[in-house]
Amino acid sequence: MLEIKNLHVSLEEEDKQILKGVDLRVEAGKVHAIMGPNGSGKSTLSYVLSGKAGYQVTGGSATLLGQEILDLEPEERAAAGLFLAFQYPVEIPGVGNMTFLRTALNAQRKMRGEEEMSAADFLRIVREKAKSLKIDADMLKRPVNVGFSGGEKKRNEILQMALLEPKMCILDETDSGLDVDAMKLVSRGVNALRDDTRGFLVITHYQRLLDHIKPDVVHIMADGRIVKTGGPELALEVETNGYSDILAEVA
Amino acid sequence: MGFVEPKNSLVDLWLNRAESLTEHGWSEQHRLNAQARLQSMGLPNRRDEYWKYTRPDRLIESTVPSAVTLSSEDQSLFSNFEQIKIVFIDGVFSPEMSDNLEGQDVSIELLSQTKAKDGHWASDMYGQLEATGQSPVARPLATLNTALAEEGVLVHAKGATLKPVHLVYLRQNESSDVMLHHVVKVDSGASLSLLESGPAGARSNFVLETDIGAAGSFRHVRIQGRDHQRLAATHHFARLHQESIFKSFTLTANGALTRNECVIELLGDDGIAHVAGACVGDGDFVHDDTVFVTHDAVGCESRQVFKKVLRNGATGVFQGKILVKQDAQKTDGYQISQSLLLDEDSQFLAKPELEIYADDVACSHGSTSGAVDEDALFYLRSRGVPKAMATDMLTLSFLAEAVNEIDDDQLIECVVEWLEGWLARRRT
Repeated sequence: MLEIKNLHVSLEEEDKQILKGVDLRVEAGKVHAIMGPNGSGKSTLSYVLSGKAGYQVTGGSATLLGQEILDLEPEERAAAGLFLAFQYPVEIPGVGNMTFLRTALNAQRKMRGEEEMSAADFLRIVREKAKSLKIDADMLKRPVNVGFSGGEKKRNEILQMALLEPKMCILDETDSGLDVDAMKLVSRGVNALRDDTRGFLVITHYQRLLDHIKPDVVHIMADGRIVKTGGPELALEVETNGYSDILAEVA
Repeated sequence: MGFVEPKNSLVDLWLNRAESLTEHGWSEQHRLNAQARLQSMGLPNRRDEYWKYTRPDRLIESTVPSAVTLSSEDQSLFSNFEQIKIVFIDGVFSPEMSDNLEGQDVSIELLSQTKAKDGHWASDMYGQLEATGQSPVARPLATLNTALAEEGVLVHAKGATLKPVHLVYLRQNESSDVMLHHVVKVDSGASLSLLESGPAGARSNFVLETDIGAAGSFRHVRIQGRDHQRLAATHHFARLHQESIFKSFTLTANGALTRNECVIELLGDDGIAHVAGACVGDGDFVHDDTVFVTHDAVGCESRQVFKKVLRNGATGVFQGKILVKQDAQKTDGYQISQSLLLDEDSQFLAKPELEIYADDVACSHGSTSGAVDEDALFYLRSRGVPKAMATDMLTLSFLAEAVNEIDDDQLIECVVEWLEGWLARRRT
């Protein structure tokens, strides 16, 4: 599904290397988690994969379903099936959530050469998916993320994911700012999307999200590299002992 | 005759046009007064404090440069609304294209057709609000209009008016120089909606004088149309009394030069005055909003919300003032002016002013200039929205605060749709 090889990335503005050779392969149907201390490059990885400006790829490659994505525009990556659930979803005043969702969905369809979805079909599908995430009509009508609580913003991210049906989902610290109930709701939304054809990369600081979204593989990232890979038990080890033991072990 | 300054010779050149304008009945004295006032104040020039950012030359030259007329597809604007339509072509009333003005629930007359009448109600207003509005800042173009305007509408709302009055300004002549002077009186407890649309002339000089009686309300939405080279100077003088409501919104697209002045006086307690504007300019475009709100009563609220989208070297100007007189306690004044600069060639010049003599007031103002928010742009693109479309969405998002000042959802929709069209035509 997603294959990252020896990825090197530095900041465009300053000569600072952030990713120093990341290798990662997420298979269809699998959930991979990346954990790591602050500043290890986890979020950078998610931004570089989805095409945010300000980063320079100085080496390596990333392919989605065999297609090189690093030289694509962000919207082309989205149409190719990549989705990033933001750590901090952006507020966009004056643009209705529904308008936003429909524009995004139909823009992707158009790029893929598919028919646009009719207003009626769209409405039906959005309502159905919104309901399971407890997103009410008011939240759909309001401007994108404006005045949403932290939990509402994250649920809105998952709604977008459910609607756009990407192949590869990256969740960047989706648990940040969530209380336990909201985390359960969000996790349920994510789990509902798990199937044999879809890959997930879940970036998180804490193990607790992984109680709800059970990973197949856990990676530990430090100083721009993946330093250790294991099963779900690796996350528990982090929870108990922190990162220092693992980092000392691989140093 | 003694020494004549160059600017006065231009005044003479203008006022010579007025020589034939006798027979004006009730308005004649107002016109003569305006002529005298204009002689003493002169026409604006670049050294005037309030013309520092916008050159007045093209608005006052005795000849008008021609401006290509666009096909008037905007005629259909607001067409979904029940309305009383009054059409002017190059400033000349078109009875064929207009609705019947008789038998409406609001009294509407044409300035040109009331000349002979004596004791017309408009006599208490024509040129009067304009004259008051000359202090402390001179507005000579409005005085010129009072002296010379031959046409306009006189609207008197005596009760709740159901249908909006829609003034449609069409153009056919490439070098028409149009002057219209409208007078609107809203009685106590009465209400009126006024719509204006279209480019009017190659050059337009409009004055609108509005008096809103106690607990009366006036709503105004204006769309200054798309012709590229046209020039326009508009003055809106509004006078509010106790619990009057005034809400005015202007959308401007294109035009080489537009100066919209709005002068509002809050004379009765608990009045509400909102004036807002959105403009979109591309290339040869100078757009100037000059607003002066005077609080002269207790507990009034005023809002100024202006947003400008500028690209390819377009220039936006905002001069906004809130004056709170000594007795105008409990004033709530708000002013915001913002520009979205879509490239580095465009510029926004803003001069927010507060002058407050009362001690128990809440007044705030802010002004910003910025580019498209990169984080928001990335967010939209990461969801599959192409860059150009995402930029348009964020442009509309930027304008939304001003557009939402219109308190009618249907009108908002109409304005947004029109803006979408403008943006789509420029999408690369």
